[in-house]
Order: sequence, then C-alpha cells, then structure tokens
Amino acid sequence: MSRNLLIIVLPLIGALIAGILGRRIGNKSSQIVTISGVVISLLLSISVFVRVAVGDVPAMHEEIFSWIVSDQFRVSFGLLVDRLTAVMLIVVTGVSAMVHIYSVGYMHEDPDQPRFFSYLSLFTVAMLMLVMADNFLQLFFGWEGVGLASYLLIGFWFKKESASAAAIKAFLVNRVGDFGFAIGIFTIYLVFGSLDYNHVFAMAGSGNYPATIDFLTGQVNTMTLICLLLFIGAMGKSAQLGLHTWLPDAMEGPTPVSALIHAATMVTAGVFMVCRASPLFELSETALSVVTLVGAATAFFAATVGLVQNDIKRVIAYSTCSQLGYMFFAAGVSAYSAAMFHLMTHAFFKALLFLGAGSVIHAMHHEQDMRRMGGLARKIPVTYALMVVGTLALTGFPGLAGFFSKDAILESAYAAHTTVGQIAFWLGISAAAMTTFYSFRLLFMTFHGTPADHHACDHAHESPHIMLAPLLVLAFGAIFSGWVGLPMIGDGWFGSAIVLVTGHDALAQAHHVGGFVKVLPFVMFVIGFVVAYLFYIKYTDLPRFIAEVWRGSYQFLLNAWYFDRFYDWLLVRPAKAIGQGLWKTGDETVIDGYGVNGLAATIGQWAGRMRTVQSGYIYHYAFAMLVGILVLITFYA
Amino acid sequence: MLTLVTFLPLVAALVILLLGRRDEGGTARLVALATSLLTFLISLIIYAGFDPGKANFQFVQEVSWIPSFGINYRMGVDGISLPFVLLTALLTPICILASWQTIQKRVYEYMIAFLTLESFVIGVFCALDFVLFYVLWEAMLIPMFLIIGVWGGPRRVYAALKFFLYTLAGSVLMLIAILALAWQGGTFSIPELMALPLSFNFQVWVFLAFFVSFAVKVPMWPVHTWLPDAHVEAPTAGSVILAGILLKMGAYGFLRFSLPMLPDASHFFAPFIYGLSLVAIVYTALVALVQTDLKKLIAYSSVSHMGFVTIGLFTFNQQGIEGGILQMVNHGIVSGALFLLVGVVYDRLHTRDIVKFGGLALRMPVYATFFMIFTMASVGLPGTNGFVGEFLILLGAYQSSKWVAVVATTGVVLGAAYMLWMYKRVVFGVIRNPEVEHLSDLSPREVALFVPLLLLVFWIGFYPVPFMDLFHVSVQHLLVQTDVNKMAMMATAVLP
Repeated sequence: MSRNLLIIVLPLIGALIAGILGRRIGNKSSQIVTISGVVISLLLSISVFVRVAVGDVPAMHEEIFSWIVSDQFRVSFGLLVDRLTAVMLIVVTGVSAMVHIYSVGYMHEDPDQPRFFSYLSLFTVAMLMLVMADNFLQLFFGWEGVGLASYLLIGFWFKKESASAAAIKAFLVNRVGDFGFAIGIFTIYLVFGSLDYNHVFAMAGSGNYPATIDFLTGQVNTMTLICLLLFIGAMGKSAQLGLHTWLPDAMEGPTPVSALIHAATMVTAGVFMVCRASPLFELSETALSVVTLVGAATAFFAATVGLVQNDIKRVIAYSTCSQLGYMFFAAGVSAYSAAMFHLMTHAFFKALLFLGAGSVIHAMHHEQDMRRMGGLARKIPVTYALMVVGTLALTGFPGLAGFFSKDAILESAYAAHTTVGQIAFWLGISAAAMTTFYSFRLLFMTFHGTPADHHACDHAHESPHIMLAPLLVLAFGAIFSGWVGLPMIGDGWFGSAIVLVTGHDALAQAHHVGGFVKVLPFVMFVIGFVVAYLFYIKYTDLPRFIAEVWRGSYQFLLNAWYFDRFYDWLLVRPAKAIGQGLWKTGDETVIDGYGVNGLAATIGQWAGRMRTVQSGYIYHYAFAMLVGILVLITFYA
Repeated sequence: MLTLVTFLPLVAALVILLLGRRDEGGTARLVALATSLLTFLISLIIYAGFDPGKANFQFVQEVSWIPSFGINYRMGVDGISLPFVLLTALLTPICILASWQTIQKRVYEYMIAFLTLESFVIGVFCALDFVLFYVLWEAMLIPMFLIIGVWGGPRRVYAALKFFLYTLAGSVLMLIAILALAWQGGTFSIPELMALPLSFNFQVWVFLAFFVSFAVKVPMWPVHTWLPDAHVEAPTAGSVILAGILLKMGAYGFLRFSLPMLPDASHFFAPFIYGLSLVAIVYTALVALVQTDLKKLIAYSSVSHMGFVTIGLFTFNQQGIEGGILQMVNHGIVSGALFLLVGVVYDRLHTRDIVKFGGLALRMPVYATFFMIFTMASVGLPGTNGFVGEFLILLGAYQSSKWVAVVATTGVVLGAAYMLWMYKRVVFGVIRNPEVEHLSDLSPREVALFVPLLLLVFWIGFYPVPFMDLFHVSVQHLLVQTDVNKMAMMATAVLP
C-alpha cells in the first residue's frame, strides 16, 4: 500500500474500529485507535510534503481502482499529490490531530465518546479524499462525505432540538450548493468527455472546447457556465453570502468540531476547489469577477454581523465566514497562491481561537454568552495568553501569520487594477477594521472587566494539559506559519497546480503597490483596536447606548440581515404549504376523489342500474334472449 | 435452470399445502425460508454461469405449449432481466424472515402466498413468450392482493381493491397491445417481435396501451395514488416486496417491450415521459415532506425515486439507461430496507405516526445507525448505491435535455429535505412517548435482515463495476434496437 493511500486508510481504520466496536472496547481504546490513526497520517503527510514541496518531486499520481464505468464514462478513485494538495494535507491532518487530542479533554464527560471520535476520523477521511482527488467526481465524493460528517457532528448532541435542526439546515443548504456543483460536473463531462483533472485542464488550456453551449434558455459562454456552477457549490460549502446561513447555526456542534470542520478545514474546501480548478476559472473573466464580488461582499457582510453577536462561538463563526470571503476575492483576482496562503494561516489561528473559546466554555461550564463572562484573564491565564496570540494573528498584527497573508490578499486586490478588484480592496479594508474591533471586543468582554457572574467566575478553572498542549502547537503555527509559508506566494511555487493566464499578475504586482496600500491595513488595525478599547474597557456604557439610539440598525445586524427569516418566508413555508396542497387537493381530492373513487362510484351506480335488469323473472330473460337472437340473425344471416 | 428457479417456490408452496396445517405454521415457515434460500442460491449459480459478454438471451428453454396458436413455454434471461431475478431471489428470504414473528395468524397461507408470489415474479422476468408473460403478470396479482387484503391493516380491503383494480385496468389494455403485436407478427415470441417492423401509427397505439399498464405499476404520476394506500395497509414484508420488486415490473416492461419493440413511438413519447416523471419527482417529494405517517412518507419517496428511473430509461443513452437499471435495483434494496425499518418500530409500538416517535436513538442505537445508513442511501450520498444510480441517470438526462436534468436535480435537494426531517423527528430528539422508554434494540434476527442489504449498499456504492458489467452489453444491444427506425424498415420491407 502506497504512502499516500495510507494517509487516507489509517484514519478510516480508526473511524471504523471506534464506530463499530466503540461500545465494546471503551472510550480509552477508541481514543487511542483514532488518535494514532490521525497522528501517523500527519507524520506521513509531513513526509509527503517534504518530498513534494521541499524536494523536487513535481507531483505524485496513482490510480487505485475503477469506480464507475458506463460506456465512454469512466471515473476512478485516484490519488493526486502536488503542492496544492500537500499544503492541504498538512493543514487537514495537522488540525485534525490537534482537535482529536484536545477532544480527549473537552469531551471527557460525554457518554458517547467512541461515536464522537469515530465521526471526527470519518470527517478526516472524507476531507483527505477531497483534497487528494484526481477527478471532479471524487472531489464531489469527498465533498459530500465531509458534508455528512459535518451533519453528524453538528447534530452530535441529538437530544437538543436546536442541534438536530442545525444539522439538517447545514446539510440542506449544502445540498443547494451541490445542486450547482453537480450540474457543473455534468457540463464538464458534456464538454470535455471526461472528469479527470489532467484531461479536462489540458483540453481547457489548449482551447479545445466549444466557446458557447446551449443551456436552458439560450447560448451561454461555456467556461463561464462551468465555473459559475462550480462556484455555487463552493459558496455552499464555504458559507458565502446567500448560502452562509448554516454556518452560524452549525455552532450547535461540540466546539472541537467547530474548530476542525467549521473553521480550519471543511469550510475552506470551496476555496481549495476554486484554486484546484484555476485552469478553468482563469478562462472566464466573468466568473472571476463574480467570485471576487461574492467574496468581498461576504467578507464585509459577515464582519458587520460579527460586530454585535454575543455568543462567543457565533462571533468566531461570522469571523470565519468573513475570512473565507477574503480567500475568495483573492482567488477572484487570480491571486490563488495568496488565497491558499491565507487558508493555511487562517487554519492555524482560527482553530486556535475556537479551541481557546472551547477552553473558556469548558471553564465556564458550557456558558457561551459573553455578556455573562468577564474578568476571566486571571482565572485562566494560559487560555487568555493563547487567545491573545490567536486574536493578534487574525487581526493582522505585524509579524504574526495573518499579517502576511491578509496583506498579500489586500495588496493583490488593489494591484489587480480592475473595478471589482478595487471594490474588493475597499470592502476588505473596512472589514479589516471591523475584524479587529470584534476580535478585541471578544477578548475584552470575556477576559477583562469585572465578572458578570461572580459565582461562575470563581469556579472557572484552567483546562487540563491535554487541552492546552494542542493550543500551544496551534499558537506556534499562528505565530510562525506566516514566515514559513511566505515562499508560497512567490512566483510559481505551486508549479502546474495553479495556472495563470497572461495578464493575471495581481499577486506579482502586489509588491509594487503604493505605500498607503501597505500601511492602510495597519491603520485599520489601530482604529479597530482603539474603538474596541473605548467601547469595552473605557466607556462600557457606550455600546448599550448606541444600540438604543440606532435600534433598527442594531437589530438588523443582530439578526444577520434577516436572511433566515427571508428564506423561511420564501422557501420553507411555501414548500410545506404546496406539499400539503398537492397531497390533500391533488392526490386525495382530484386524482382519488374525481378519478379513482369517482370512477368507482360511477361504476357502482351503473352496476346498481344494471342489477335491476337481473330481475329473476323468467319472462324477462326469455324476452332478452329473443331480442338477442333477433340481432344475431340480422347481422349474420 | 430458469424453470427450476421459477417453479421451485411454487412446488414448495404445494408441499406446504400438502403438509397441511400443523404446529401453528412452524413447519411452513421453515419450508418457506429454506426454499427461498435455495432459490437464491440457484439464482447465484445462474449468475455465475451467465456470460455478460453476450447480448442475446441465455439459459433459453423452449417447449411447445399451445402449438395451434404458436404459443410456447419460452424462458431466458439477458443482462437486463437477470438483475431483477437476483433481486427477487434475494428479497424473498428477507421478507420471510421479516415475517417470522409478526405474522401469527394464518402463517400457513401466508407462506404459500409468498412463495407463489416469488415464483410468478421470477417467471415474469424470465418469460420470453407474451402469453406466458401475461399469464404470470396477472397471476402475480392474486397472491399480492391476498397479502394486502388478508394480513394488512385496518383499511386493507379498500387498499387491496384499489391496488387490484388499478393494475387490472392497465392489464386489459396490455392484453390488447399484446394481441395486436402478435397479430401483426404472427408469433408470441418476444425476441422475434423485437425485430418486427411496425408503422408509426401502430407503434403509437401499442405504446399507449402498454404505457397505461406499465405506468400504473411504476407508478408514474398521476396513477400513483394506489401505492401509498397499498403500502400503508400492507404488512411489512408485503411493502418490501411491493416496493422492492413489483414496482420494478413496470419499468422492466418499458425496457423489455416499449423501447426495443416500439423505438419510434418511444422517441416520440420521451418528452411526455420526461414531463410526467419530473412532476412525479417534484410533486411527490413535496407531498412526502408533509406526511405524518412514516410508511406513507416512504411510499411517496418511492414514487419520487421511480421518477428518476423512468427518466433514465428514456434518455436513450448508455449512462441514463444503465443508471435507470441500477437505480431500480438500488431502490429495491434501499426502500425495502426502509420499509423493514418501519416494520421494526411498528412491531414494537404499533403506530406509524411520526409524532409518536422521537428519541429512538437513545434506546435503539444500532437501529439508529442502520436507519441513518439507509436514509443516506435514499438521499443518494456518494459511497452508497443511491448515488451511483442517480448520478448516471442525471448525467444521461443532461445529455439529452438540460431542462430535464436541472429540474430532476432539484428532486435530490427535496429528497434530502424530507428524509432528513423524517429521520430527525423519528430518531433524534428527546423521548416524548413513554412507550419509547421501554424499546429494545434490534434482535439478532432483525440484524440479519439488514446486513445483506447494508453490504450491497456499500458494495454498489464503492465498486459498482461487477454489477454494471452484467448489463453493459445488453444495454448496448438495446441502444442499437432503439436506434433502428422501424418506420423506414416498414417502408422497405415486403409485407405479406
């Protein structure tokens, strides 16, 4: 078995053992078997990364077996590892290993631990399948697989009504995205006659495809159609504006899950997919513009909502949504490397923030409302210090991970010299100020000031070492991954994995942008910090006052621009009403009422009339016979 | 060989009849189970001996039956019919095992009915003579009618009659179609009639007559309303066999007769079939969304899923048709399993009302796991069999009409909605009904019902190649047949 295959198989074995035998072998053994699977997988990933990214093996590719074969249509399970995949392998197995270990402490009191660890490992398998795919259908396989794991883990505490509702919501919103993705895959097959990356990208690169294609209402640009359909899938998985509503609700899942799936890995799958399909996206300016605008709008929208949330996890969730927007508009201006760079650094500091928040929640006995916290810095100093590191990395404090990657994105957007690039830049800059504001708001409300609930605060306790150790590792990543990863945005580091057409040189031009572009993000950091300081340390009555004065705006933000209510009104209620109508009116009244039973009743009536003919009197029958004979004779004689 | 696999259950039914009523049906159960397992074994031997590289019928047997009318006893299978023979032979022992404890009255008659049913259904899939086919097709109604009407729920008589009359109405038209074809071709031999040149008008009429009969069986919208009633009233095993196998007979009819014998009419009516199928997919998915009866919900989901199948069959390309065939098998496995799952809780709680459930996962974790896996297979998650079938159908449909594929794909979203919502209300949440507190998890016998189906779900999901190899060549042959322009043949042929 090859090394690359083992990377997937080991967590799978862990998931199966813990899932099937978990009840019998107990918590400890389930933890050992899943954790060792993922940790060995991490070590193997590192060795693969060293070979591909440090050494000079351009890409490794192997086919495992044929999956679906039907006439010309053939798809295999294959493993492709190039630098794009190698980066993802490190991120996925790295964060997954940390989250597995952390969960030993966090889920300590849960009665269902084997199931939890089994799901975590199952998720890891699906995510690895996704990033190592060598064709679009296998990508889709992993894509739906992580969706399943996400569904299972959000609904892990299935006794909670809200948890299972959130799980369904996540699955369904993603299905809407996958609807686009699936049709995108059909179109790719129709145009290129294959779903293999190699084949499709080669044909696309050589221009060997029809420029337009007939779709629903008329001729459309082939590549724009394909890319936009794929992007709908990416929007669902990566919670972009319009299809983002599931992500905040997904916080119903246990916090380690939020860190792994809803911050570091699964939600970045959409970004990965756009980067992976760069040979296609590069060929459609329209699609790239859409990606840029949607990304920028999401970055801005989610940041505004993050300003006012009170649930500690929701703040970080909206922050994730916003940061994913950054990654998308980076990809949209063809700075795919910068998107991947930010994806990697974000994985470290956002996982750190989530797990840190988990540590706070753990300390506060499952309290998530920041208004009931405060003054925790003294009680849980290690968590506090690590959260500060995560916050600084997220807000782009010079020298930490986010500083490098976020600046690269903003500068690229500016350097793209397109209208959409400019829009993205300014939305991104304003989102940066808000990011700093809500991040420090979170820190101040949670750790500073006076405890809102003295009793809970007094009983707060620092988390055990098994939870703090993974935090330390991630903090290490949040500090240094910017330095280490900097070569990624250098010229052509990703090799043939990312394709740029001539003229799409925003990233290369990013070094030459004016001084103010380079300074502006830091200015925004300062503004955000100062405002947060004034609001939550200095004049703590101010936020409530503002919320009273601008009540409408405050409610608008608090309710996340009323997306949920809008969808409920637009889709959920009508679907149920129509279903009810079709059932009661369509099936029961029209088809059965008039059709089947109506027919039966009519026949019944006729039968009743006919019955009267059978009177039982001999002379009636004799008369009928006579008439019959007469008729027969008339016709045949 | 085919005769053996077809009539072995019937012989066993006679044996049970001769043994008479004794020990409250224990012997009848054992004989039925042993026979159905043996039948399954024989079907596997047939599978082993089947050469998938050949397009023609294999294991052909031909005995003169009523020579004066050219009616023969003709049996044979190809890659299109063999999967259904296997499916029937697999599901019957599962059904008998599922009825082990639930059926306590008239066990003896029940087992006879089931074995007779198996015999006739396998016969339908093997028959190569129209008269034989028609006789078996009709005969099969009787045991099914009895299973619903005798062992069913409170409204069983209404449901059984509705089922019977619906199907019979279709059958009458089919008989006319068969007679017309035989009149035209001078034979009742199905393979010979496939090559018969026919005028367009003739094809259209015969197609419509067949269509009514098959559409009722599939069932297609709007002749589907018998299905929810029949399912709700039927005993668990009855629902399994109904959803798993009887629904396949309609689609099989399209594959076996309409497409190869009436290719021009099939092309002509394809948009019409698409339209009805799309309505079925969306309409019944929405109806399923608001059901409160668990079994009715799954019954409506069957109609929705069979809509995908009929679309696949009329795409006239390899992916679509192969997806259609595979999806029929998948639907047999998955909805069979879902009905069994409903039966498990019905046996314990004697209700199918979704509101009465909730929190089952707390008392029945193994059950919840099985339920989750089959739910995901029904939703078409990659890695399960449902995905492969649905994907191929939609891929095929996209090549013939983008509108059809796009609208049908919305069914995939709706399918996830009603299935997951149902799962949530039944399995998740807290226990509200005090009776749920005392539920016991699956017994080993019940686990044994699900394991073979579970293995097939994953096997077909991950490695469908061996299954699909069975019918590649036959489908290719079918495509050649549907490409033939029989009208043109008609013009050049010298008619007698």
